[in-house]
Amino acid sequence: MKSLGSIRRSFAPWNDPAAKPYISFRGVTKRFGDFVAVDDLSLDIYEREFFALLGASGCGKTTLLRMLAGFEEPSSGQILLDGQDLCGIPPHKRPVNMMFQSYALFPHMTVEANIAFGLKQDGMPKPDIEKRVGEMLRLVKLEQFAKRKPHQLSGGQRQRVALARSIAKRPKVLLLDEPLGALDKKLREETQFELTDLQYELGMTFVIVTHDQEEAMTMADRIAIMDKGKVLQVATPAEIYEAPNSRYVADFVGSVNMFEGKVAERSAGSMRIADAGGALTIKADNTADVANGDTVWFAIRPEKLRVSSKRPADVPNAVEGEIWDIGYVGDMTIYHVKLDDGRIVKASTVNSQRVVEDPLTWHDRAWISFAADAGVVLIR
Amino acid sequence: MQGSWSRFNIVSLILGFAFLYLPIVLLVIFSFNESRLVTVWAGFSTRWYVSLFSNQGLLDAAWVTARVAFISATVATVLGTMAALALTRYTRFRGRLLFSGMVFAPLVMPEVITGLSLLLLFVAVNFDRGFATVTIAHITFSMCFVAVVVQSRLLTFDRSLEEAALDLGATPVKAFFQVTLPIILPAVVAGWMLAFTLSLDDLVIASFTSGPGATTLPMKIYSQVRLGVTPEINAVCTILIAIVTIGVITAAIVNKRREVQRLRDEQAARRL
Ligand SMILES: Nc1ncnc2c1ncn2[C@@H]1O[C@H](COP(=O)(O)OP(=O)(O)OP(=O)(O)O)[C@@H](O)[C@H]1O
Ligand SMILES: [Mg+2]
Repeated sequence: MKSLGSIRRSFAPWNDPAAKPYISFRGVTKRFGDFVAVDDLSLDIYEREFFALLGASGCGKTTLLRMLAGFEEPSSGQILLDGQDLCGIPPHKRPVNMMFQSYALFPHMTVEANIAFGLKQDGMPKPDIEKRVGEMLRLVKLEQFAKRKPHQLSGGQRQRVALARSIAKRPKVLLLDEPLGALDKKLREETQFELTDLQYELGMTFVIVTHDQEEAMTMADRIAIMDKGKVLQVATPAEIYEAPNSRYVADFVGSVNMFEGKVAERSAGSMRIADAGGALTIKADNTADVANGDTVWFAIRPEKLRVSSKRPADVPNAVEGEIWDIGYVGDMTIYHVKLDDGRIVKASTVNSQRVVEDPLTWHDRAWISFAADAGVVLIR
Repeated sequence: MQGSWSRFNIVSLILGFAFLYLPIVLLVIFSFNESRLVTVWAGFSTRWYVSLFSNQGLLDAAWVTARVAFISATVATVLGTMAALALTRYTRFRGRLLFSGMVFAPLVMPEVITGLSLLLLFVAVNFDRGFATVTIAHITFSMCFVAVVVQSRLLTFDRSLEEAALDLGATPVKAFFQVTLPIILPAVVAGWMLAFTLSLDDLVIASFTSGPGATTLPMKIYSQVRLGVTPEINAVCTILIAIVTIGVITAAIVNKRREVQRLRDEQAARRL
């Protein structure tokens, strides 16, 4: 599977105007009484895509999956699967399988019988079922637990049974609602790897909900960031991280420093932003459609900032402060620098050398500097 | 509580149990009485049990009762379970309150009224009273007890299990029989047993709705007692008590075993 990376990189049907989306949400709204759980949401997912939904708790991720699986009908709007309107098609007739956030294992059946359940419904011959169940047990490393009942398993083991059960039928679309949350780091990484492999081999389309950003980043082709029933941005992991389209997205994914300011001066491809705190004027490369005097936010990731004891020569942006806190994480050091107006700026540096001459320490004066293209200008 | 029992507690416990069980104990003792007089002890004997089995009237009544109880409990369980499902599933259908009220009203309805209204119905539609009418009447009034028992289990039933079954391609009917029913089965069985006992000892409704040739055991006992209590009646009642007691104890033991097994399983799982 060494070539997987390069294949994945060339997989981008969303950039191809001729490509037809496999799953399409069109203006879907879901109300529970007065409460709007999903709000006029439109989203396209392509065949064989590994699609991740990220968002704060209660933003409507599970509701979205449940509508796709057929457990909830949209209050308005349309969901298409392979060009077919799913409205009115009952769950058992949809080529979609779902792994439930609550696992929903059948308590009166053994692990084996749980995994075989869906295959039996299809009338698969017995030897084939046994073979498939064996494969699934191996995939989730539960071979010696085949005869156990769910209540005899640990939380992580139950989660793996639920995963195996949902994959067993090899559905065209697999919906995973936080599939790996209960697993330890090592097992989670292994399972992530196996899942990506399996998805690629079988040509399935995955829609995964996760709270783990790193998981979404490493596994998904594209990520949708949701907030209060709306999709804020759909993009590849790199785009989400490097070019968030709003403050919410920038703040939600990874860590970020946000400078609020007003546009002071504009020229072709760049602008100057007068920082609201008055500490600096930021020179930023940007093509955003703004006018002088508009309020904007300059968002910059900690690793794009440089910390030094003297102001470096010829940098477009620099600001002075005091080292307030230092966090040493081994491969990285995170500096919290307190600007003179009291704001704290986070900067991280990679520890590429074992011994550093004249290191910065607590309460030193220090300069933070960054290039004009190191951050993004956000208008909302 | 401080671990030890106060004298007051012990006395109230004894009084309570005496109140509950003394009449029954007396009845059982006197069923083994040699004498024909119920209240005078004349030595141990099983002759009333022997004579019981040659009393064709009582035996016929017992057979009628057993069949009525079995059929009505079974039908009431099916209908009651369906009603419970409808009430827990479709929480927003129009007229749900009315429907649930109507299902549960017989719980508090005086038996005389239930019996009388059923009688009027049977007379109105010109239905010959007999075995069928008693059975129907028992179904009517025991169904709501089944519905209550099953509904309370369904309230804690995780709907996502059923959704998972549907998701994996089971039709709604298959999902019910392969997932929902096995899980709520203990409650359904409990409902059946409740309906069975209710039918076994019903006198009022049976008296209203029964006809010639369909005398149930409670009716028979009651009519004989009016002519004076015989030790034979005591013997019949003792047998009934024995049956019910054995049933209750068996159910308890089965439950306990399952619980112990589950605990053992869980411990085994934790050790791994
Ligand atoms: N059946 C329902 N009735 C009423 N409200 C509901 C129902 N199902 C979900 N909601 C509400 O809709 C919102 C979205 O719920 P949903 O389960 O989709 O959130 P989520 O994004 O999956 O959250 P989490 O990350 O915590 O799982 C929540 O505020 C929830 O309270
Ligand atoms: Mg959820």
